[in-house]
Amino acid sequence: MSNPLISARGLTKKFGDFTAVNGIDFDVFKGDSFGFLGPNGAGKSTAMRIIGATSQRTSGSVSILGKDPEINGPQIRAHLGVVPQQDNLDMQLSVVENLYIYGRYFGLPRKFVKNKIEELLTFAQLEEKRDTKVEALSGGMKRRLTIARALVSEPEILILDEPTTGLDPQARHILWDRLFRLKEQGVTLLITTHFMDEAEQLCDRLIVMDKGSIMAEGSPASLIKDYSTKEVLELRFGSDRNQSMADSLRSMCDRTEELPDRFLMYTDDGEALLEKIYAADFHPKTSLVRRSSLEDVFLRLTGRTLIE
Amino acid sequence: MFIPMAVAIADARAGKRGERVYSGRVPQLLERGFIAFKSSTYMIVLSGFLEPVLYLLSFGYGIGKLLPIISVDGENIKYVAFIAPALLATSAMNGAIYDSTMNVFFKLNHDRIYHGMLATSMGPLDVALGEIGWALIRGFAYACAFMAVMAPLGLIISPWGLLAIPAAVLIAFGFASCGMAVTSYMKSFQQLELVNIFLLPMFLFSGSFYPLSVFPQWLQFIINLFPLSHAIHLVRGLCLGHIDFALLGHAFYFVVMIIIGLIFTTKRLNALFMK
Amino acid sequence: MSLTNIRQGSLALVNVARVQSRGALYVAQSRIRQMMKWIWIILGIAVANPVLYLVSVGVGLGGLIDKSVGPAGVDGVKYLTFLAPALLAQAAIQGTIDETVFPTLEGFKWFKTFFSMNATPLSGKQISYGVFLAAIFRATYTVLLYFGVMWAFGALESVHAWLAIPTAIFAGASFGALMQALAAKLEDENIFFTVLGRFVMMPLFMFSGTFFPLTSMPSFLQWIGWISPLWHSTELGRHLTYGHPLSTTMIWVHFIFLSVMLVGGLYFSARIFTKRLAK
Repeated sequence: MSNPLISARGLTKKFGDFTAVNGIDFDVFKGDSFGFLGPNGAGKSTAMRIIGATSQRTSGSVSILGKDPEINGPQIRAHLGVVPQQDNLDMQLSVVENLYIYGRYFGLPRKFVKNKIEELLTFAQLEEKRDTKVEALSGGMKRRLTIARALVSEPEILILDEPTTGLDPQARHILWDRLFRLKEQGVTLLITTHFMDEAEQLCDRLIVMDKGSIMAEGSPASLIKDYSTKEVLELRFGSDRNQSMADSLRSMCDRTEELPDRFLMYTDDGEALLEKIYAADFHPKTSLVRRSSLEDVFLRLTGRTLIE
Repeated sequence: MFIPMAVAIADARAGKRGERVYSGRVPQLLERGFIAFKSSTYMIVLSGFLEPVLYLLSFGYGIGKLLPIISVDGENIKYVAFIAPALLATSAMNGAIYDSTMNVFFKLNHDRIYHGMLATSMGPLDVALGEIGWALIRGFAYACAFMAVMAPLGLIISPWGLLAIPAAVLIAFGFASCGMAVTSYMKSFQQLELVNIFLLPMFLFSGSFYPLSVFPQWLQFIINLFPLSHAIHLVRGLCLGHIDFALLGHAFYFVVMIIIGLIFTTKRLNALFMK
Repeated sequence: MSLTNIRQGSLALVNVARVQSRGALYVAQSRIRQMMKWIWIILGIAVANPVLYLVSVGVGLGGLIDKSVGPAGVDGVKYLTFLAPALLAQAAIQGTIDETVFPTLEGFKWFKTFFSMNATPLSGKQISYGVFLAAIFRATYTVLLYFGVMWAFGALESVHAWLAIPTAIFAGASFGALMQALAAKLEDENIFFTVLGRFVMMPLFMFSGTFFPLTSMPSFLQWIGWISPLWHSTELGRHLTYGHPLSTTMIWVHFIFLSVMLVGGLYFSARIFTKRLAK
């Protein structure tokens, strides 16, 4: 295997007494689509900002394309396209003007940027909005523009912090499609998310983070295989009965989880388990058999859900 | 291996002095200012120019009826010629303060534009100089426009008066760099209002409308600690042709303000974005 | 997790008739509660403002003017005495405008609180009147404080001077009502504040005979005073605080001007509120 594009060892970041990132190690290789999955406050964004050379680590080492972000900040940032969690488009400017001036911030020549803009507008499906003020765009359009803007310098690495938070399902799918195309072109993607479906869709490899530490690492499929069963049975008995039912059902499978509103049973054959439960004269108000997801992996690792 | 142009440009600057805070992109930031200005509301642009003119008409001619002549350093001059330079100095201050407080606060905390800028290969000093540079261009334009009103009214008594334009830019520079430094520490709009609470008494007591000599010595001393009275002395001295070494002292006050403001702004932006 | 009880039902709990008769007061109460969060700052500014202006312009500039005009005085009195009633009316106007324009934009646009108020039995008219009443409350204590400062500066010469308090509030109410109607109509407030501040408030403050008699302006600029509630109120205030000569006709003219503005402002404000909430 070739040298990693990004490599971190013992990466730690403290804000006063609070440890946001606690000694994490990871390697990202060229062409990877690498995810950081974890709930809000897990330390994902902090790690991203250190990689983006806009935050200084407390200890540990980071190398991006063989350089240290603390010493070669401007040079590293020239390699990166950054899509922050909160859009920070220039509200006083139009779509085209945003792309143009952002390219200029990298010191790129006018002519280069002007040619690039047409390509980016097509990519972001914003050709018809080219002269619209950014303020008037929908959430999904703003997000696509932010991604297009990050691509103006033709970066090898694209950093996306919670790319689809706050978007409706349709806008998310459009965005995912655009990110797939970038991946196909060999752009290395770094994605943080607290949506397990997003991580499953976009990432080849991911690390699960909680409270600043890495809980597990691997591909979505291997994580599910290692930390969960094939299927999950979800049962609801009504808010005052979930607890007592859980006590009597726990022995019927290897692992269970109690959530405030429902009861989860982990098994390789959900339908068979459900039949067994009915046969034993239990009558849940609702029942659902589904495949295991990264959500279950996270629950297994931390005892908590991703979205709280 | 293919090297993206942005990387080549950044690599070419490697090893230069201050490369971590400054990338020589001030022209690009001025370009941004110009693009934003093109689509801004001209009414607002016009109003910034109108304010001192309204004061000039109202106080100059209204109060001028009650107080036609005022004596400065033993010389009698028309009241309107006395206040006009002060209004030029004050409007240079107001414009710079507005650009560097309200505008900067919005870009910093609301639109988060600087976050986007600093994710590129630029540094915080680029951003600070770019913002302040734009404020100066505006200040220069307003100063020229106001001089264009003053001149035909016969309010610029001495040829030295032409120097009032660069003086106004110097004043704007001082206020803008300190204004931006102060704003970078502000956490809410309410805190920003404090700036205005500070500005009103400074405006009322810095000798715009009458010589400071009406006040007791101790009050004059306090007033002279604040920048606006130095601004007014400087511009008034030039417009009335009262040239002496004290003018250099007033100008020096603003040079110090500029340096202190820039140091704190860069430090603070570095701390805010590179923490 | 505790659950909320929905046993009684809203029909038993909410007295609709009561809300219909006192709704505006409820709205005003909630506005005043908002105001109370900043009360010390508002009060501080309400005192500091007149003191600073009266010392700087009234005493500082006034001293030079009094010397220049000699015993004839400005309008027959000291400059400070001449200036003070105008600043009193200006303070009332500024106070009411702050309390009508900002809450109205907040309610319709920034936080959309009016829409949630309107989802209760409160009507658009009541919301509009409530906001207005709270603004009058602010104007009242601002003016009272200002008046106290004027007294301390010895700027009151007539025994009827206290009557300048209601006339100043009257000016604030008239202008505030009109501005509230205007603010309620706004869809895009971006340039509104600049226009309001620099093209309306500033010129009115400068050209309404505030700092010098309106008659010393060239006649082509005097019309600004005639349409300015500040001038009308200042004339009444000067008459009351030091006996500025005013014919009975003119007293009526000032009163009628301010009354028409007040009634018109309130009428349009209520109408626009109702319409916009129903949109």
